[in-house]
Formats: sequence, C-alpha cells, structure tokens
Amino acid sequence: MDVEDIEIQLFVRAMQLRHGHDFSEYAPASLKRRVQQLVRTHDTGTIIELVNRILHEDDFLPRVIEGLSVPVSEMFRDPAVFRALRDKVLPVLASYPEINIWQAGCAHGQEVYSLAILLEEAGLYERSRIYATDFNDAALAMATEGIYATRDAREWSRNYIEAGGAHSFSDYYSARYDFIKLDQRLRRNVTFFNHNLVTDEVFCEAHLILCRNVLIYFSNALQDRTLGLFRDSLVRGGVLCLGTRENIDFSPAAAGFADIDGALRIYQVGGSGARPLRK
Amino acid sequence: MSTRSAIAMGCSAGGLLALERVLPGLDPRLPVPVVICCHTGSPDVSLLVELLQHHCPLPVAEARERAAIDPGTVYVAPTGYHLLVESDAHFSLNVDAKVAYSRPSIDVLFETAAAAWQGGLVAVLMTGANSDGAHGLKAVRDAGGYAVIQDPSSAEVDVMPLAGLEVAGADACLPLDAIAAELNRLCMS
Ligand SMILES: C[S@@+](CC[C@H](N)C(=O)[O-])C[C@H]1O[C@@H](n2cnc3c(N)ncnc32)[C@H](O)[C@@H]1O
Repeated sequence: MDVEDIEIQLFVRAMQLRHGHDFSEYAPASLKRRVQQLVRTHDTGTIIELVNRILHEDDFLPRVIEGLSVPVSEMFRDPAVFRALRDKVLPVLASYPEINIWQAGCAHGQEVYSLAILLEEAGLYERSRIYATDFNDAALAMATEGIYATRDAREWSRNYIEAGGAHSFSDYYSARYDFIKLDQRLRRNVTFFNHNLVTDEVFCEAHLILCRNVLIYFSNALQDRTLGLFRDSLVRGGVLCLGTRENIDFSPAAAGFADIDGALRIYQVGGSGARPLRK
Repeated sequence: MSTRSAIAMGCSAGGLLALERVLPGLDPRLPVPVVICCHTGSPDVSLLVELLQHHCPLPVAEARERAAIDPGTVYVAPTGYHLLVESDAHFSLNVDAKVAYSRPSIDVLFETAAAAWQGGLVAVLMTGANSDGAHGLKAVRDAGGYAVIQDPSSAEVDVMPLAGLEVAGADACLPLDAIAAELNRLCMS
C-alpha cells in the first residue's frame, strides 16, 4: 500500500477517535486532494504532522473542517434548475399552508438567498421557513452575513435573469466597493445551524429539500444513507433537488423517489413510477 | 500483451480541432478507456460528446460520477466539475475551487488518474493557452506512466505543451498527426 494512502487512513482515524468526525465514507480521490491541500495551507510538510496537530491542538479542528469542507458555491448556479423550481416546484409547495424547506450543505449561503428571492417573487415567503444547514461553522457564519465579492455579482445577475427572475438582481443587495451585502430581510425566515449529514438525524418535516453538490463527495453507501434520511424527512409528495451531475442510480433508497425533472435532478417522494435500480 | 490500462488526454484552446484530428486515428479495438478533459467554456457537455462522436470510431460518452470506467470507451469531463479517477476505476466529480484557473482541470484528472493507474497510464497533453496539465503530467511520469506531448510547433496554441515540456518533460513529443498511431502502438502491441 502507498505510504500516503496509509497516512490518509491515519488522518481519518484520528478525526474519528479524537473528534468524532467520520470521513471514512467520503469519496477517496477528493478527500485525498483536500488533505494534501491542508498540508500545504498549514505548512505541515507531511500528513502525519497534520495528524499530530489534530491530536494535540484543541483549537485546530475548526480549521481542518474548513479545509475539508470547501464551501464553493454561486447564486442561481445552474439557472435552469432555479427556473424549474420556480415553474414546477413552487406551484406544488403553494398548496401547503406552511412550507418547510431544508437546504443541506448551504456553504456560504448563496443558494439560501437564491431560494429566498424565488419565494419572495412567488409570494410564498411569508409562509415559508428555511432551515439552512452545514457542518462548517465558519461557512455558516459567512452565510448569515450574506456578504460576497462584487465581481461575483455580475455573473450571478446573469444567472438570476436566466433563472427567470422578475426584477433586477441589484434590487436585492447593497453594494459597497468590492463587496455586496444581500438584503437581510431575505433571511427573516431563515434559520442557519450546524448539522452533519453523516451523524445527525432528521429534525423537521420538509416539503422541499435542496442538497446540491454535497452527496458527490460521499461514497455510494453514505449517499444511500443520506438519501434515506431525506426520504424520512420529506412529507409524501415532498420534493428533493440534487446537483445536476449527481448520480443516484446505485442507491437503493432512491427507489422511493420519482422524477419531476430527471435531467435537472428534481425528484418527488412517493410519486408514481419507482426508479429502476441499476447495478 | 500491452501493460497499458488507460489513456488520459488534456487540451484547451484549439483542443476541439486537435481532438477531431486525433480521435479518428484510434484503433476501434482499443482495449483501454480514453478519458478527456477539454476546457470548452460551453455549458453543455452533451454537444461536445455529440461532436466528438462524429470523429471517433469508439463510443463517446459523458463521464458520470460513480460509473465504472469501461475499456474501449471515450469519456469526456462535464463542464463546471473536476473529473477524478478513483482507484477502483470509477469516476467521481467535485466542485472544489478551480485549479490552474480551470474546472474541469487537467491537473486534477492527470493526478488522480496517475494514482489510480500508475505505470499503466498514458497521458497526452495538447494545444492550450494556459499551463493546466503540466503538474499533472509530472505526477503521471513520477508514477511510472508514459507522457505524450503535442509538438509545440504543431499546436494551435503552444503555451500548454511548452509548460508540459518544461515542468514534466515527455516520453514522446509528437506532431498532432502522429499521436493516434503512438497511442495505438502503446496500447495494442
Ligand atoms: C460544494 S459545497 C455545495 C454548495 C451549494 N449547495 C452548491 O451546490 O452551490 C458542499 C458543502 O457541503 C458541506 N458538507 C460536506 N460534508 C457535509 C456533511 N457531512 N454534513 C453537512 N454538510 C456537509 C460543505 O461544508 C460545503 O459547504
């Protein structure tokens, strides 16, 4: 066995035994790159030295979590998805007196604010509650602030228009030099909190779960477990939206979901037509 | 029998035309998978797949996460995601930050492919306007793999092959029209 692969296993064990964080079911190739990146960021030379710091420095853990999380996101990423949420999913949600939305793996909050804007424009915001979760506390703090680089706003403005936005994207933020700050009224019905998909349980009856580009970091087994968690959280007829390049063909739990728009990875729990399982 | 187990190819500016000239020369009985990372800037990889299929004697498909990597198939990295090779010959994707200003990044593909296939890997770096792929090619050679670089003078844009030569060096530096024959020779003999 490759020495570096042994070191990665020791890293995973140390995170588990010392801090109760389980990365053993993360997709190995991405995990390895992130651990290598941590070695460079903290200039530890070797993974073993990184493990040493994880074991002996109590305040090092948050920085390791930050390094393993990589909360890269965009507002209205894949505009076609947000257009479909607007056209096909919000009308379903509109039939409920109260709407619970779980946004799992919310990174720096870009999708939370995107969703909030969508709900505002559909007149559904007042009866909605968004639970925005991530296992990276630093990312959650940034998500709460809603401050982003101005240079990103230009692309997001294009995304917003492509997603079928009814106004101008700039109506939703104030700009100051290099930064924009999203209108904080957009988060009056948003609750941000730490939730780890590997270890934590269902906490609400959701009508919509948005979890994009998170399960791609998970092994087949962990992906399946998490889809089971989502299925248990969703009401009958509830909607699940994953990232546009995610593949649930290998998950037995996916049999509980039917396509609303398969190409955009939008599914409905308990809909007619169970998914075929491919092996 | 050849000990080669896979081919990985990277290209950027001018890459589409380059691929349209290399792929037709591949032997239809090629017993290994071919994995391509080409920065196109187009949001829809299915167009690229369709286009390349017109020029390729082997089936061309988008690389899907979790799917097995089959021999005799040409795979293309989807736009906006890094494409990684897992050591059990499955694909995975991620949306980590850009590497060498690129996502998908050739470095990411080459480095993970080198870890998975080691000396069995043949990596090809072709035309492009940035230096993505150079470090990946070095990882390929360090793992015992075979590096082919398009002769910079035959490249539409020579920045990428020049960077590859400088950082990694090559086992073969060939004009575009000689690359397919070299790949056939390496993988069929
Ligand atoms: C690439 S971001 C996706 C952001 C956004 N959903 C998007 O698609 O643009 C992945 C996020 O998943 C979070 N994450 C990874 N593993 C997690 C876990 N076990 N529990 C909760 N969140 C997790 C990371 O912290 C990161 O913020």
